[in-house]
Amino acid sequence: MSALAVERLHKSFGKHEVLRGVDLEVGEHQVVALIGASGSGKSTLLRCINLLEPIDGGRIFLAGEDITRPRNVNAVRRRIGIVFQSFNLFPHMSVLRNVTLAPREALDISRREAEERALTLLERFGLADKRDAYPDRLSGGQQQRVAIVRALAMRPELMLFDEVTSALDPELVAEVLEVIRELATGGMTMILATHEMSFARDIADRVCFLDDGAILEQGTPAEIFTSPREPRTQQFLQRIVEARRL
Amino acid sequence: MRSGGDGRRGVAIALLSTVVFFTIVVVLITHAPGWHRVRSEFFNWHEFTSTFPEIARGFVLNIKIFSIAEAFILVFALLIAILRSLPGPVFFPLRALAIVYADLFRGIPTILVIAMLGFGAPGLGLSYLPTSVIFWGIVSLVLIYSAYVSEVYRAGIESIHPSQEAAARSLGLSRWQTLRHVILPQAVRRVIPPLLNDFIGLQKDTALVGTVGAVEAFQQSQIDTNATFNFTAYLAAAVLFVAVTIPLARFTDWLVARDRRLRQAGRLA
Repeated sequence: MSALAVERLHKSFGKHEVLRGVDLEVGEHQVVALIGASGSGKSTLLRCINLLEPIDGGRIFLAGEDITRPRNVNAVRRRIGIVFQSFNLFPHMSVLRNVTLAPREALDISRREAEERALTLLERFGLADKRDAYPDRLSGGQQQRVAIVRALAMRPELMLFDEVTSALDPELVAEVLEVIRELATGGMTMILATHEMSFARDIADRVCFLDDGAILEQGTPAEIFTSPREPRTQQFLQRIVEARRL
Repeated sequence: MRSGGDGRRGVAIALLSTVVFFTIVVVLITHAPGWHRVRSEFFNWHEFTSTFPEIARGFVLNIKIFSIAEAFILVFALLIAILRSLPGPVFFPLRALAIVYADLFRGIPTILVIAMLGFGAPGLGLSYLPTSVIFWGIVSLVLIYSAYVSEVYRAGIESIHPSQEAAARSLGLSRWQTLRHVILPQAVRRVIPPLLNDFIGLQKDTALVGTVGAVEAFQQSQIDTNATFNFTAYLAAAVLFVAVTIPLARFTDWLVARDRRLRQAGRLA
């Protein structure tokens, strides 16, 4: 049984069809990288999987269970973590409260237990000394690591990363990628939309190339990056190489 | 960078121009043909000291009306604002109700609502509600000011970026939990200055409750002027109102300035 299965997913914003029948399967402990040009539908796909966007057609299964139109949306979202490009930390809360809010409110666990859980995670990712800091006092890299910890504190069975390094200064990218790498090593099931091609090649079990709202080609990193079959994939990767991003 | 000498010179110039300006104003007024009459009828020290204590006692009622009304407005207006921000077609009736309410009570002059409720509502003979004009005066002020304040809250709620809601909902928080822990705390913080501004208006409008017979500062000063044909009592009432509203206005300015400073510091950090 796969951790996540998406079948013929359709999504439109007004007249513009962003996703035109996406099929995607992610096995347990698998890391899947979504690549493709801006506007190809990577972010929308992730937001649909997390039920943040209502879909127009198709079905989504989480660990075999149909979550397309669930009775309790919140219960499903608790099982899927998502990290956004723009961090989206809660600016009026300290790091510790950012991380403990959802476990305390949505999972209804005690404050002490939530804080223990949060501190263990913060320590693991080198953020323990920032527990009382407010987001605007942190660097972009630190904020994004806190956002990852905040999602992990819910103990999700699946993590979604939506171009999490795109808003960061170049020198801060590595610390965030390090965190994701560690999660992959730890066996976390993940889907990451990314422009960091070398990282995707490094970390992903499978790479999917999204083009115009559909997965045009997928395979192992070696297959996609060294011998892509589709002309569109070749074109895309060519442009990436020219921009020295690979 | 300004040197200390420049700063001192600036203060000296400001002081001098203020003194000159007010000297001219005072000279012009005191040399007006009717000045002696105005002085004895409006600026009569003896009248001032003899009416002030009673007007001050009346002003305690203004403060009471203000404080009770404010507490209810803060809660009631928030409720209206939340109703108005409910999404989806199911909540349309509630949204429509909130809109009609806000439109209506922002449209009717305050003094009319107070007159209608103050004179009319006790006549309904609802035995479980008080008939006191003070009670109905407070109800009128709550109805009117909640309409304004709910719009202030709503502006605050709408100023919070949708990505905050997305982040909270993605963690599995419900709509209500998101509103309570993520949206409202940020929204309310943003609208504190305009809220205080509305409360300065509310403080003044407590005087309107006097028009239906509550003996507050304005009504008391009216009683005094009717008895003596001297208008100094109005001045006494005005001094009392200003003594409360000016500090609140300065406090609001200070909050706005502090907020701006903090935000700039946050951006630089």
